[in-house]
Amino acid sequence: MTPLAAFLVVAALVFAIGLAIALTRRNAILVLIGIELMLNAANLNLIAFWRFGAKPEALTGMMFAIFSIAVAAAEAAVGLGLVIAYHRHAKTTDLDAMTRMKG
Amino acid sequence: MIHGLSVAFLLTSALTVAGALAAALLKNLVHCALSLTVTFAGLALLYLQLDAQFAGLSQILVYIGAVAILVVFAILLTRGAGIPEYRGFSSSWLAGLAIAAAVFALLAWAVTKSLPAAAASAAAPAVTVQSIGVALMSSYVLPLEIVAVVLTVALIGAVIVAMPEARVAKSETEQGGAK
Repeated sequence: MTPLAAFLVVAALVFAIGLAIALTRRNAILVLIGIELMLNAANLNLIAFWRFGAKPEALTGMMFAIFSIAVAAAEAAVGLGLVIAYHRHAKTTDLDAMTRMKG
Repeated sequence: MIHGLSVAFLLTSALTVAGALAAALLKNLVHCALSLTVTFAGLALLYLQLDAQFAGLSQILVYIGAVAILVVFAILLTRGAGIPEYRGFSSSWLAGLAIAAAVFALLAWAVTKSLPAAAASAAAPAVTVQSIGVALMSSYVLPLEIVAVVLTVALIGAVIVAMPEARVAKSETEQGGAK
């Protein structure tokens, strides 16, 4: 197994665990955690391809990963803000109980 | 023994996957957030092994320093009041698990089938922080500006979304005072 394949398999594993969290857990914050894990796995893919791909001096994959980190931080802030707002309104973060978002 | 892989890589990837699994399986939400931090640290170590020092340290700063703290604060703010959770998993957890396993099987199959068998172990790229900064300010300046706007808008929006009650209460008291 080449190093690139090993990194890609680790990233696939983290992605699958994140997907499992997002699909099976009931708490909205945990679903956001799963989404963060999936984004991180994608970043690992980008960095691995940058390292082992052609022309790493062009910095393409590295830049993609850095911008992805920035956007993921914004997504986490908005998502957690939404969860807090919903909790303030309906006193629950249980996804099975979140049936409507209209006030 | 998987040849061609360093012990450091095996240990770091085991740490990363163990943290992710703990986040998936633990009952206590705070424990989940802390094991998520372990996963973020493991991913930062993997970035460092890939000679991406800047990305690794950004990962530590942004994820461990900001996102993990944000998650812990959100957990602390949203519990207490409300129904205690009797079940941590949704009723269709088996289907979700099957979908995740199928996705992993597909990805692993694609990775092992499609990559060339020859070890493309190139030399470490000579990339410094200075070259990253120059690239950000020259060829990637437009994405940089767009990300700056996105971050500003998202953070202002998050603050506005997270505190509507205070605004409503204030406007109600103002209306009450006008009457």
